[in-house]
Amino acid sequence: MTSPLLFALVGIGLFTLGLYAVIVHPHLLRKILAVNVMGSGVFLLLVALAKRSNSVDPVPHAMVITGIVVAISATALAVTLMLRVKDETGRAKLPETPPE
Amino acid sequence: MTLLPLIFDGVLGFTLLWLAWQLLGSLALFRAIVLFIAFGLLMALIWVRLDAPDVALAEAAIGAGLTGALLLAALARVEPPGDETANLHPEKDGQGDIVSVTEGGGLPFRRWLVALHLVLACGLGYAVLSLPSAAPGLSEAVANNLALSGVSNPVTAVLLNFRAYDTLLEMGVLLLALLAVWSLGRTPDAPAPAAGGVLALLARLLTPLLLLVAGYLLWVGGRAPGGAFQAGSLLGAAGVLLVLAGWRLGRRFAQLPLRITLVVGLALFMAVGLSVMLAGGRFLAYPPASAGGLILLIEAAATLSIGMILAALFLGSRPGSRGGQ
Repeated sequence: MTSPLLFALVGIGLFTLGLYAVIVHPHLLRKILAVNVMGSGVFLLLVALAKRSNSVDPVPHAMVITGIVVAISATALAVTLMLRVKDETGRAKLPETPPE
Repeated sequence: MTLLPLIFDGVLGFTLLWLAWQLLGSLALFRAIVLFIAFGLLMALIWVRLDAPDVALAEAAIGAGLTGALLLAALARVEPPGDETANLHPEKDGQGDIVSVTEGGGLPFRRWLVALHLVLACGLGYAVLSLPSAAPGLSEAVANNLALSGVSNPVTAVLLNFRAYDTLLEMGVLLLALLAVWSLGRTPDAPAPAAGGVLALLARLLTPLLLLVAGYLLWVGGRAPGGAFQAGSLLGAAGVLLVLAGWRLGRRFAQLPLRITLVVGLALFMAVGLSVMLAGGRFLAYPPASAGGLILLIEAAATLSIGMILAALFLGSRPGSRGGQ
């Protein structure tokens, strides 16, 4: 067991935790948080796998930097959508039962 | 000898997972978001442990700073202060336990879900463990061509030269997100709170410092960790600080000048790519002799655009559209 491998497994753990939380939480802000945690898990996996050999692979690093910036723009869009849902329905949660 | 770093990394990894569990299961949204900021800072530490200082800089500025500010601002609009109990479910305290926080779905459903996720995690873990233990990936290809890229920081070389397409499209994604936010953001700009003494003073002190550090990161990005994204996110942070302190863009600048600043990064990137093409090369394939200068030019414009776009994303509504601040 090496450190990169350990962090790769932690990344998988974060992804799974986030996926579970996305599914079970009805509150939209929690879903946004959970998607961010999922994304962090994927980033961690990528960068950890880039460090398996002695020469660190810079390509995944560049991909993750791009990914972090895309993640915040997606988060901002999701927040705007959530505020819109709150405006329309009065609450920022998904309904318990789907509308007919 | 080699055991100590592994133990340290084990503690880091475990703390990260524990923080994620806590933040996803926390009953109070405010607490969840504060934990998410801590989570981002811990991630930055882990990036350093994984020899990825460029990613650490981006994560510290964006993952921990800007995302946290964005989510806290959103929370204030979704659940006004004083309404803290509204999101407490009648069930019970159950803090830290994701299963007890949720409502609906029924217990059998949740058991199935947990089982499915365990299977997923085990499968992914098995896949990672069965990967070859040493894989240089593209590091040799990057190292061999680094001299031709015009910069000596391999991550900047990949971002702005070898895989410049990705970065170009990413600038497009940022603009697209801003367009969508401006189109959907019907919520009027939250009335600028009267900035308290401390916040106003802090904004005045920190903004020049942030600008200075952003300029430094942009300049140093060619040979050391840093670059357009890190510098741009610091500019964005300065913008967010100013917005929080109640400062708004003057009406004179809120229309055309703002829009030009927003697109200048993408436009200059495209212009450089196309002019290289007209000079006989391929799209975005800079001639090695002038690559360094071109990259710095593109990065400078991209920094400005990224900073403005991030600040505008935080503000949410179109500046000057409603009640024109």
